Amino acid sequence: MRILREKTETERYFKQQTNNLFTYLPILTDMSKVIKLKKGLDIKLVGEAEKSVIELPIGERYAISPLTFEGVVPKLLVTEGDKVLAGDALFYDKAHPEVMFTSPVSGTVSAVRRGAKRKLLAIEVAADAQQNYKPFKTNLAEATREEVVATLLESGLWATIIQRPYGIIADSKDTPKAIFVSGFDTAPLAPDMNIALKDDLQAVQAGFEALKKLCSNVHLSLKAGEKSILEAIEGVEKHYFAGAHPAGNVGVQIHHIDPVNKGEKVWTVGIQNVAIIGRLFTEGKVNMVKTYAVTGSQVAHPQYVRCLVGSSLCDVLMPARIKPQGGGSTFRLIEGNVLSGVKATANDYVGIYSSQVTVIPEGGELELIGWLAPRFHKLSVSRTYFSWLRPKKTYDLRTVLNGGVRPCVVTGLYEKYLPMDIYPMYLFKAIMAGDIEKMENLGIYEIVEEDVALCEFVDPSKQELQALVRDGINLMIKEM
Amino acid sequence: MKQNYNKPLPKRLLEKFAPTFSEGGKLSWLHSFYEAMETFFYVPTDVTKKGAHVRDCNDMKRTMFMVIIALIPTILFGMWNIGFQRIDGADFNIWQNFWYGFWQLLPSIIVTYVVGLSIECAFAQIRKEEVNEGFFVSGMLIPLIIPIGTPLWMTALATAFAVIIGKEIFGGTGMNIFNPALIARLFIFFSYTSSISGEAVWFSDARTGATALGELANTGTTSVSMLDAFIGTIPGSVGETSTLCILLGGALLLFTGVASWRTMVSVFVGGLVMGGIFNLIAPAEPQTATELYMTLPAWQHLLLGGFAFGAVFMATDPVTSAQTNCGKLIVGFMIGVLAVLVRVFNTGYPEGMMLAIVFMNALAPVVDHYVVQANVSRRNRRAKKSINA
Repeated sequence: MRILREKTETERYFKQQTNNLFTYLPILTDMSKVIKLKKGLDIKLVGEAEKSVIELPIGERYAISPLTFEGVVPKLLVTEGDKVLAGDALFYDKAHPEVMFTSPVSGTVSAVRRGAKRKLLAIEVAADAQQNYKPFKTNLAEATREEVVATLLESGLWATIIQRPYGIIADSKDTPKAIFVSGFDTAPLAPDMNIALKDDLQAVQAGFEALKKLCSNVHLSLKAGEKSILEAIEGVEKHYFAGAHPAGNVGVQIHHIDPVNKGEKVWTVGIQNVAIIGRLFTEGKVNMVKTYAVTGSQVAHPQYVRCLVGSSLCDVLMPARIKPQGGGSTFRLIEGNVLSGVKATANDYVGIYSSQVTVIPEGGELELIGWLAPRFHKLSVSRTYFSWLRPKKTYDLRTVLNGGVRPCVVTGLYEKYLPMDIYPMYLFKAIMAGDIEKMENLGIYEIVEEDVALCEFVDPSKQELQALVRDGINLMIKEM
Repeated sequence: MKQNYNKPLPKRLLEKFAPTFSEGGKLSWLHSFYEAMETFFYVPTDVTKKGAHVRDCNDMKRTMFMVIIALIPTILFGMWNIGFQRIDGADFNIWQNFWYGFWQLLPSIIVTYVVGLSIECAFAQIRKEEVNEGFFVSGMLIPLIIPIGTPLWMTALATAFAVIIGKEIFGGTGMNIFNPALIARLFIFFSYTSSISGEAVWFSDARTGATALGELANTGTTSVSMLDAFIGTIPGSVGETSTLCILLGGALLLFTGVASWRTMVSVFVGGLVMGGIFNLIAPAEPQTATELYMTLPAWQHLLLGGFAFGAVFMATDPVTSAQTNCGKLIVGFMIGVLAVLVRVFNTGYPEGMMLAIVFMNALAPVVDHYVVQANVSRRNRRAKKSINA
């Protein structure tokens, strides 16, 4: 059956290719370059965003949360009542004082939210009606690498550059082996970049020019067999990937293009953040506008919302609306996708790394002897359920764990959902044992949380594998 | 406590007794048992806390339960065969045979489950974990692979030994090195050899005591017809006789993906290859029983004794088998080879399958180590190439 499915996938792929034959010739010429991934899974959910974009006006309040940035220890630069311009620094990283985190809007710092032990949660800025921007130089063509780095650091956009290994903000003193950008997202209900970036093509091109100043070796991955507006981007090395999620994960793409070895560093930037960097160098201002896909079964009108980074989730959800919840049922708000997104509340703010908001029903229904019942309507990759009979069905998944946490018993399953030459179970066990050398040998440098999200999804032992990988990475950072 | 009558009865009962079993309650020392009952009746409604917000519906219970379903044809046939193999069994009708076998097997199933699950609950309580479902399967396998005439106290002792020494001292489900069900059989095999060996081992009042493998070990030939061996109307442990029923269960395990096809297929291939080699090197005019045994057509090895049962239900245990795909092929193949090798050359142990699986259980981590090491070397080579480039 497995072989059959693969065959149909290939057939579908070639069918798409032939459909594109006349409409899009460049794909044909790049056929030989297509990297086909056989492993993975597309989780089909209810609540895909309609192909319409709503632009939000300037809202009341914006905020940047230091928690968005992995491993950053924030040092505040502003206090409540301070006036800031869009692009003015709000805080910096204690370990890397050159890395600034800036305000997306001009206005007044209205609140510094803190949690337990005075942990900095968010810096809120009440936006001015008329936006004023801190000016930045736009002479990208003549700028040296040092000038580009300095501008990015000062503008707060350096934080968009993520380093592999470890998935943390890049060190501005490094020169990476290469920079990788994924031009598509395969996560459940992920935004279609053709819609999200439809007005940003020039900005994206400018952003790539800026990235090329940092490292001449810039890679852009696109989905094979699909017409992408990013085809028009010039000056980067393009790669084509075919296959299910996580084919769109930049980590998986790096593994197949030019894997990260011990001692090497590569950088990654989200495609929408490339556009923000581009705008910095063409408009001379920090204009953190992004298109978020508002998706999920609990959203009344799933659609795209274009707004500034730091907008409150309340504002972002306003046009799409959450369905009325009846009978004591609740929903879960996720910043990002259902696999690797962050649990949020309506009082939180959309961050710079995400490009999606998902709302799904919270909790489960009472089911008598569920392990015995056929449960025809349930989704599982295992044929102990019946979802294999209806491969095209979309599901309204809830947030239940669907079982108790158990030790690793089933083998050979994780491997099917991680399209890399890595033995995930051995890597996980090395992390559990805290064995640095084994983790290094087994490929910890090549993965971040999102790459193992599918393993976590399918795991019948219900273990928290993404958190485990982050623990392992943090241990590596501490010990190396 | 106000009861909510909108809820179904089991839920109401569970809620009623929840305080008794939770910390501070009178029966808090039985908390793991209560929890097991709770998850037995209702799918846990726990929500995801970290990581992926939605999860696949498959869990350990479902996976283990699928093995039980796969065992059903074997169990039902085995029950009938117990009656059929009785001295006067041939005169019984099909239901009389079945009922006779049913009442023979049931006590042993009950004893295994009660003893095994009590120990599991106790360990879960000590470790403050939930009770694992692994014993669901082990507890069903044990009565199927030990002789039907085994006294119940011996079954209880073997089960306790298997659970404590075979599994829990290694750290419980997922950590054990040897297949617990096989440990139970090994325990009886080595500790009470006298009471279960000899010709009339399988049934106290059996029509014919000798199993095909016993005959083969002694004489090098067997009177059992291969059709009977395939269908299963021959003497032997309850679960092992009917290759047909085992293959039905095997088909379900392979289709649902619960068992690895790599292990299962490679065990059969290994048996065929070793049997085939014996066929080739056997002398033209065999003198001894062993030489005669070597001429047994390779495919017949797969039908006799516990070969098929071992290949489908024992070798495929994900915990004790190899954990890498490549390792599964190697370990499975070696199990098949060793099983036939032991059968033919070591007449003291007519059933080579049990020893072959246990031996390869011990070697599986080594095989895996080298498979994983190949991956590590690939990664290191890649790193070197990258530095030189």
